[in-house]
Amino acid sequence: MMLPVPPAMRAAAAKSPPPMKTVVRRIKFESELDLAFGERVAERAYGQKLLSCIQCGTCSATCPLSHYMDYTPRKIIAMTREGFKDEVLNSLTIWLCASCYSCQVQCPRQIHITDVMYALKREAIARGFYPAHHPIPVLARSFYERVFAQGRNTESRLLITLYLRTNPLVMLREAFLGFHLWRKGRLSLKKESIAGRKDLRKMLNAVEHGKKEEPL
Amino acid sequence: MTYLYFPGCSLRSTGRAYEESLLAVCRKLEIPLHELDDWNCCGATAYVSIDETRAFTLAARNLAIADHLPQPDGSDPQILAPCNACYMVLAKTHHFMESNAEVRAHVSTALHAGGMTYTGQTRVRHPLDVFVNDFGIDRIAKKVVHPLKGFRVACYYGCQVVRPFSEFDHPVYPMTMDRLVTALGAESVDWPMKTRCCGGSLTGTIQEAGFRLNRALLKEATKRKANIILTCCPLCQHNLECYQQRINRRYGETINLPVAYFTQFMGLALGIPAKELAIQRLFKPPLSPAPAGKQEIHAHA
Repeated sequence: MMLPVPPAMRAAAAKSPPPMKTVVRRIKFESELDLAFGERVAERAYGQKLLSCIQCGTCSATCPLSHYMDYTPRKIIAMTREGFKDEVLNSLTIWLCASCYSCQVQCPRQIHITDVMYALKREAIARGFYPAHHPIPVLARSFYERVFAQGRNTESRLLITLYLRTNPLVMLREAFLGFHLWRKGRLSLKKESIAGRKDLRKMLNAVEHGKKEEPL
Repeated sequence: MTYLYFPGCSLRSTGRAYEESLLAVCRKLEIPLHELDDWNCCGATAYVSIDETRAFTLAARNLAIADHLPQPDGSDPQILAPCNACYMVLAKTHHFMESNAEVRAHVSTALHAGGMTYTGQTRVRHPLDVFVNDFGIDRIAKKVVHPLKGFRVACYYGCQVVRPFSEFDHPVYPMTMDRLVTALGAESVDWPMKTRCCGGSLTGTIQEAGFRLNRALLKEATKRKANIILTCCPLCQHNLECYQQRINRRYGETINLPVAYFTQFMGLALGIPAKELAIQRLFKPPLSPAPAGKQEIHAHA
């Protein structure tokens, strides 16, 4: 976002053609933030404790993935609390979290950090806030559909769906491993399902009427 | 006490060696198992990324099935979940159902729609916990017929077996498996990566990040002179074993470590034939590091 250039500067710039500097504002003003975002996330992630984060950075230090993240877990918490909603929901961080819970068990404030990440993932998926064909949300959705319909997951079929929906070329790269697994009897294409899948679907559909998450 | 065995989806495909060896060891130790009737997928970490209440409902269906299977001795039913993710998700669901009235109300209503009721009696257990704490390490030690001398084991627990809802060991530096392998005659290596995440499904989605996590684990185990890594989770085993060659090629490493399930290792010490333990399903069967040299482990089994 650009700041308005004062008239004096504009006049100076007109006299001597280059160099005209554009000032880029990197930080949002408070009026542009969604100030209640933090509280809503805290409520969804089971604990107002999110708001009492002391920014010690223990989560970022214990996270094995923090150096691949655009914002470390500590920053995500700070930004969530201050209302940087778009930045948080657009970040790669929430997708990189592998749910290993190291941060959660070490947090001196007992913040449910992994549940915060899940809440943010759900919100980002519901609003389409992720790069198209990004494999992690696609994997989550394919898994969800398969288990909803069959009651069980078939690993091989899930991966084939994932590759077809993201990058089919990856399948060629993985075919070799697949062949080795198959030779060792560790790959089965048989569709797994349960007998009570009709009742299971009734249960899952009942949730729709019971508790549907409002958009954050 | 009969344990209600919950295989989960992985033990029927990539983790088949885990299932076969677990069942063989339970037969040997005479631990009765009964497969949970018409169990469904636990939901893993993916389901909760889409819909949380549905994820809880999915896992609670399994708990509700177990709730209505009373034990002959009158004790509470216990689910045996060998996969770390299944174990954590089922334990987490139990925890939330017991501690959060709102979750319980929504999930109970959903279960009713399918004709099921949740009572909350069922406990969720991991085989590592059951073997060491229920059966007892001394009793296992007495049954060892082939002490596994010469093995330097890096016990890799993975993340979700000790975090955050399990109570049987320390969440960062557990010792249960280390004590077990020591009782089997092997040596456990002291290493700091026991519970550091292997990346889970990241090796299939963001491979660069997933491979680097596994590389760190494999390098550290090699540096500490381990000659085998043991795991208690099908996904950890898959990641550490199947991507080793690709990690070597990509990062110019020379890692060459067998990665087996702790149940396979137990079975070998208990004198179960290697075939029953599905040793042949591993890409790299553990070699006996005994003076005999390149002799394969199933030679003495």
